[in-house]
Amino acid sequence: MPNHNTEKQWTPKIVAFFCNWCTYTAADLAGVSRIKHAPNIRVIRVMCSGRVDPQFLLDAFAKGADGVLIGGCHPGDCHYIEGNYKCLRRFQLLQKMTTDMGIEPDRLRLEWISASEGDKVRVVVNDMVSKVTKLGPLGLPDKFKSWDEEMKIFEHSIEEKEVFEHV
Amino acid sequence: MEKKNGQIRIGFYICHCGSNIASMVDVAKVSEYAASLPNVVVSKDYKYMCSDPGQEMIINDIKENNLTRVVVAACSPFLHENTFRNATFQGGLNQFYFQMVNTREHNAWVHLEAMATTEKALDLVRAAIYRVAEHKPLERKKVPIHPDVLVLGGGIAGIHSALTLANAGKKVYLVEREPTIGGHMAMFDKTFPTLDCAACILTPKMSAVKNHPNIVLWTYAEIVGLDGFVGSYKAKIKHKPRYIIEELCVGCNDCIEACVYKEARFLDEFNQGLSKRKPVYMPFPQATPQIVLIDPETCIHFKSAKCSQTCVTSCERNAVDLQQQPRFEEIEVGTVIVATGFKPVDARKVPYYGYGNFPGVYTALEVERLINASGPTQGEVVLRDGSHPKTIGIVHCVGSRDKHTNQWCSRVCCLYSVKLAHLLKEHTGADIYNFYIDMRTPGKMMEEFYNRIAEEGMKFIRGRVADIYPDRDDPQRKRLIVKAEDTLIQEIIKIPVDMVVLSTGLEPREDAQEVRRMLNITCSTEGFYIERHPKLAPVNTFTDGIFLAGCCQGPKDIPDTVAQAGAAAAEVLALIDKGYIEIEPNTAYINEEECSGCKSCVPLCPYTAISYIEEKKKAFINEALCKGCGTCVAACPSGSIIQNLFEDEEIFSEIEGILNFRNIQREMSYA
Ligand SMILES: Cc1cc2nc3c(=O)[nH]c(=O)nc-3n(C[C@H](O)[C@H](O)[C@H](O)COP(=O)(O)OP(=O)(O)OC[C@H]3O[C@@H](n4cnc5c(N)ncnc54)[C@H](O)[C@@H]3O)c2cc1C
Ligand code: FES
Repeated sequence: MPNHNTEKQWTPKIVAFFCNWCTYTAADLAGVSRIKHAPNIRVIRVMCSGRVDPQFLLDAFAKGADGVLIGGCHPGDCHYIEGNYKCLRRFQLLQKMTTDMGIEPDRLRLEWISASEGDKVRVVVNDMVSKVTKLGPLGLPDKFKSWDEEMKIFEHSIEEKEVFEHV
Repeated sequence: MEKKNGQIRIGFYICHCGSNIASMVDVAKVSEYAASLPNVVVSKDYKYMCSDPGQEMIINDIKENNLTRVVVAACSPFLHENTFRNATFQGGLNQFYFQMVNTREHNAWVHLEAMATTEKALDLVRAAIYRVAEHKPLERKKVPIHPDVLVLGGGIAGIHSALTLANAGKKVYLVEREPTIGGHMAMFDKTFPTLDCAACILTPKMSAVKNHPNIVLWTYAEIVGLDGFVGSYKAKIKHKPRYIIEELCVGCNDCIEACVYKEARFLDEFNQGLSKRKPVYMPFPQATPQIVLIDPETCIHFKSAKCSQTCVTSCERNAVDLQQQPRFEEIEVGTVIVATGFKPVDARKVPYYGYGNFPGVYTALEVERLINASGPTQGEVVLRDGSHPKTIGIVHCVGSRDKHTNQWCSRVCCLYSVKLAHLLKEHTGADIYNFYIDMRTPGKMMEEFYNRIAEEGMKFIRGRVADIYPDRDDPQRKRLIVKAEDTLIQEIIKIPVDMVVLSTGLEPREDAQEVRRMLNITCSTEGFYIERHPKLAPVNTFTDGIFLAGCCQGPKDIPDTVAQAGAAAAEVLALIDKGYIEIEPNTAYINEEECSGCKSCVPLCPYTAISYIEEKKKAFINEALCKGCGTCVAACPSGSIIQNLFEDEEIFSEIEGILNFRNIQREMSYA
């Protein structure tokens, strides 16, 4: 059995959406070439980066991801001609929105990684993991909870106020 | 995730893959953990899940435990997804009630720490187990396969593929960009390791192509577009104007004789510029087809329109047509073999070897022509200054194994250098020095070949050449000094030679990226096309129905090229003879009830598969045109487009599965 620390340190959890044709294959290539990288990403395979619905990313953050990575083919190389452009357009809008929500831009990343760029998988994953590690846990589920509490208190105070006014 | 009350009964399996997975992932732990997840009825680990007993296990478990879903954690789905889908099917379930977890390529092979790797495996397994519960039964659509085949490139690879297919009774379109087929091999005099004459083995195959009733040979033609998918591709071919009516020309060469240029004045491409040709010319005596062409760049008519057009009048068959325009043609084929070959590295990329500066420096391909009996000098090795070389230096690995040019070993240069050393010796009797980094002679009979030639009195110097410059001490003889470090005796040596041969490496064609985009296949950063799997699918691409043969996939010698060309032809035959192809059901459809008719999906589809039905005020997806990228699904504001195999619920449950790790941290008690 492997060695391990008894005190488990926090490490980020990153959900990745990789397109079948380029980035997923690149990650396979990294495997076949035994290119070691940080063990923090969990890849979900989609046929094209164009399939990545903004809701997937929001849902991942909401359920506790510390970062979300999207990987697609280089511009001009999408297996479906231009799905990656569509993805890029959505991504730019979405990043504005998540930033407004207090999610740091480094937590949401879009990368073009072609099927031959096994090493780029390593570079991108390691870089993202180190940046997100520095940022610390996002903890959106807990934040949601405290926001809910705040909301309740807020609503409560309004109610009280209303009651008061009516008297 | 809730238990679905016994309706969903999942069998989970994790593969050790020998020790590939098991050495990094605690497989027993994973299977124990999986057993605790909702809906999991069976959970096992096994040495090799892809083996017969592994598959049998799945089949039996489905039957004995009434399983309704299967999850296997093993290698990449690119490798064995189909194997396990098939086992799921054999067990009596719809094959899409299966989900695969990539715990080898994406996990065991890329991480260093077993605990983190195991933890990742748990997350991925949970995701798959949540996901598979959402899976729907699907059917693979069968589409008929058009039996005609398109072969791109008429080098030895394309020739061999085309002949194999044609002999099996299939109709083949062989499209070659140059005016003749033959590729690089047609330029060689002899070939290693057998030293048999290249023309003797190639020309009969070239004429067989020309005369085969099942082969449509189009030379001086190019593919300019490819649409469709496996089984029914539409290829657009451009016929470049030769200014000769191909059907009428018999290759008598009267027009060449009659050309207003009495002397040949322009560089002859086939002879690497070592001889001259006229504006109207035959590429080389055995060119196939035997049809001349006119080069508008050099022909007076095209430059000034003031030519007396003696070629036109000389042709008894009226085959010369100076008004010819490019012609486009569309063909339907079911499969494509890409055999577009390589190009030698431009020797000027290594400026200190002086190619283009010093007349005594030649590329290997030029030397192939120089020693060729049908070459510019009929096989007599005369230098550009008219002299005969007495000392020759052959420089290996030019533009290979070097981070300034190309990193890879071009595989054939050591061997063709040895071949050229032998042939040059035979033709000139000169002293020959080979400068090499390492001698690389893999392959059957290759080391023996090298040993045999080495005994002919060649000198082999181990060391990369650092510089080549004129011998200032002997300006009369115009010799060149080859300077290298002999790494065996660790001394800098300077050898004066009359002729230098640069053994240039092999690299992708200049337009490899363009062609790749057109065909929707992948290539490495440098530009060689990528095979689907280096070991298990070496001639397939990631695009179904498109196959690779020869040096367009990577440098290789003629025996390997021909083997690969045969393999590609066999893969094509396997597809055609089945008569149909089953395609992944990952297409999208509209849930009409939800569709608000906003039309935002319509312009998104690059295949125009989505239309708007005015009467119903709903969008409609033509399944035959949909390729299943899912872009419209992600964009639909009302969530009313559904992509089979990648439904929203499936992906959401995968996300939930990945992130539902909080409760396992307690369970993961490594003591
Ligand atoms: C100097 C030298 C010496 C060699 N000597 C030997 C030897 O002795 N023995 C040996 O085994 N190997 C030798 N080789 C290796 C040998 O050349 C290759 O193995 C072989 O030529 C590969 O054949 P191919 O058909 O893949 O490519 P190619 O010969 O390059 O043929 C490709 C063909 O495709 C055509 N084409 C390219 N792009 C397109 C397009 N877009 N559309 C249509 N057509 C296109 C080209 O015009 C060409 O005709 C040597 C190589 C070199 C450079
Ligand atoms: S297929 Fe890779 S981004 Fe579209």
